[in-house]
Amino acid sequence: MTELADSVHVDAVRQLEYFFYTEADLLDERRYEEWLDLLHEDVEYIVPLRRNVHSQDTGREFTQAGRDILWFDEGKETLRQRVEQLATGLHWAEEPVSRTSHLITNVRVTSRTGDRIESSCRFLIYRNRMETETDIFTGRRLDTVESVDGRWLLRKRVALLDQSVLLGKNLTFFL
Amino acid sequence: MSVLQNGNLKSFNLDGLVDTDTGVISREIFVNEKIFEMELENLFSRAWLFVGHESQIPNPGDYFMSRMGTDTVLMTRDNDGEVHVLLNSCRHRGMRVCRYDSGNTMTFTCPFHGWAYSVDGRLVSRAGELFGVPKLKAAYNGKLEREKWGLVEATSKNYKGMIFATWDSEAPPFEEYVGGFKHWIDNLTDGMTGRPGNTVAFDGVLKWRVPANWKLVVENFLGDGYHATPTHPSVEAVGIGPAGKGKTRHFFDAETEAFATKNLPMTSFVQLGHGATDTTHSDQFWGRPPAFADHPEFTEYFNNLWDEKRKLRLEAGLPMGGFGPATMFPSMSFHALGFPTTILVAHPVSATVTEIWRWFVVDKDMRPDAREWLRHYYLRYSGPAGMTEQDDMENWNYATRASEGAMARRLPYNYQIGLGQTQPSPLPGAVESEGFFTEEHMRNYYRRWQNLVEGKSWSELAATPAPAGHTGG
Repeated sequence: MTELADSVHVDAVRQLEYFFYTEADLLDERRYEEWLDLLHEDVEYIVPLRRNVHSQDTGREFTQAGRDILWFDEGKETLRQRVEQLATGLHWAEEPVSRTSHLITNVRVTSRTGDRIESSCRFLIYRNRMETETDIFTGRRLDTVESVDGRWLLRKRVALLDQSVLLGKNLTFFL
Repeated sequence: MSVLQNGNLKSFNLDGLVDTDTGVISREIFVNEKIFEMELENLFSRAWLFVGHESQIPNPGDYFMSRMGTDTVLMTRDNDGEVHVLLNSCRHRGMRVCRYDSGNTMTFTCPFHGWAYSVDGRLVSRAGELFGVPKLKAAYNGKLEREKWGLVEATSKNYKGMIFATWDSEAPPFEEYVGGFKHWIDNLTDGMTGRPGNTVAFDGVLKWRVPANWKLVVENFLGDGYHATPTHPSVEAVGIGPAGKGKTRHFFDAETEAFATKNLPMTSFVQLGHGATDTTHSDQFWGRPPAFADHPEFTEYFNNLWDEKRKLRLEAGLPMGGFGPATMFPSMSFHALGFPTTILVAHPVSATVTEIWRWFVVDKDMRPDAREWLRHYYLRYSGPAGMTEQDDMENWNYATRASEGAMARRLPYNYQIGLGQTQPSPLPGAVESEGFFTEEHMRNYYRRWQNLVEGKSWSELAATPAPAGHTGG
């Protein structure tokens, strides 16, 4: 596709960016309860494992939600449990707190129907912990947002990490 | 013929570093790169290691790329259905003959100079044999002895679907190496239904790197009941288990936990080094599935499985208990309760870096909705995104880091819980602790570890009697 986006499309992208930047700030500021409020009650939060495959076999690159082993394949109930765990003050993996920056870029609207927008973007999540523990995770996010009672909520997220062996010791942050 | 020449072990002195009589072990063994090298040379070169599950390679030609120590291997299935474990390194210049995580092929052709190896019994007489050499006439004058230059094959054992392997063709047979610890492995292979080998691995193996010594990882499951309460309060507060909030991540309530920690002994294999956080009769105390908080339909289903398994085991004259967590010496750990059932291998990368792989296992014919519940539970429990394991890794990471300090590494670790406090186990070669807190498992593990890393031969080890005070009854 080589045509330039029209103004309707550009508007939608700007709105999405605002949503994603707000979300990123909430996460980086550890305002997790407010972040949960941005999620649809039926949110699907999916981060598959990634395999090293032949260029003609890329259909097998990712493990399948609903069937295989993934880093994350869950809904709002489990995400709430994670937030609750962070709030105990006893979750040693995050005590002391890490410093994160969620950088969101390359935002595109891939489809729009009424109250539902599907999008693609890139993320770069930088995490620094203690003195020198540093992780940089990048990848592509396929997000679906829906308008419910006038509010835009995240309905589905598929985050495709650019790693097969995870090069960080944990995933205590939200993608 | 052992191509890897394990007959010539390098002798190495670890005197003064491991004192299992007083329960004091030097930190050097967790941070020293020279000791790490000797682990690779004398321990990982000959121990039995878990490579994968046969359900990952169901059809002829299927393969899964795995690891043994610091070596890359291919777990393959030949055209007769046999499983082989081959060193994934071309015999010419070392290139990995296969770079894909998994797939299907009978022929592995090296991209460097084109040497081709086969697992097809119709083409070659042994799996991994070199059968294709470009320019054999022009370059080698037809004189390359192809039968000597095949992919190196490890000695492997398919134990009810679990594929284990060793580089040492002189290693004790798998059954002898495992001994009475087999009951724990049987719970792993036989699952919740208890039917022998009735388990499969889910598709997808978690692989991740932790900046920690590999032994701290496996110690956790070997017999470290002591860490559970201080390390895991945050996951216990949220109730990720089947019984929901107010019950533990397994499914116990505070009363059962208190009873268990007081009364539930653990099992340590004195000379074989394996250890478990329970006994083969632990089913008398715990393990029966709970009332599910949010899925009453599973309460009856899982309890029926428990009852059926108990019947099967009783009829076969076998124990029901032995669920772990547990560690098979040296580097495979697992849970086999069902809540959860998962296998971990700690692959050594350096003295202070480990690559952990995790498989999740379930009964073949588990009811689909129950299987799906378990899959979600497994994912939120274990691994880098697991609410339980995240806090373990923080400990392993910074225990290693702090111990690397120039002064800190001169100190020993304290392994004194339960010194001299063992009681007999019904299993030969094993002892039980007197309660849930002991470090007997670690003392026995590290004695075995020292013997192997120092380069003692298998026959020397077999001839060494168990130390006094560690034999129980």
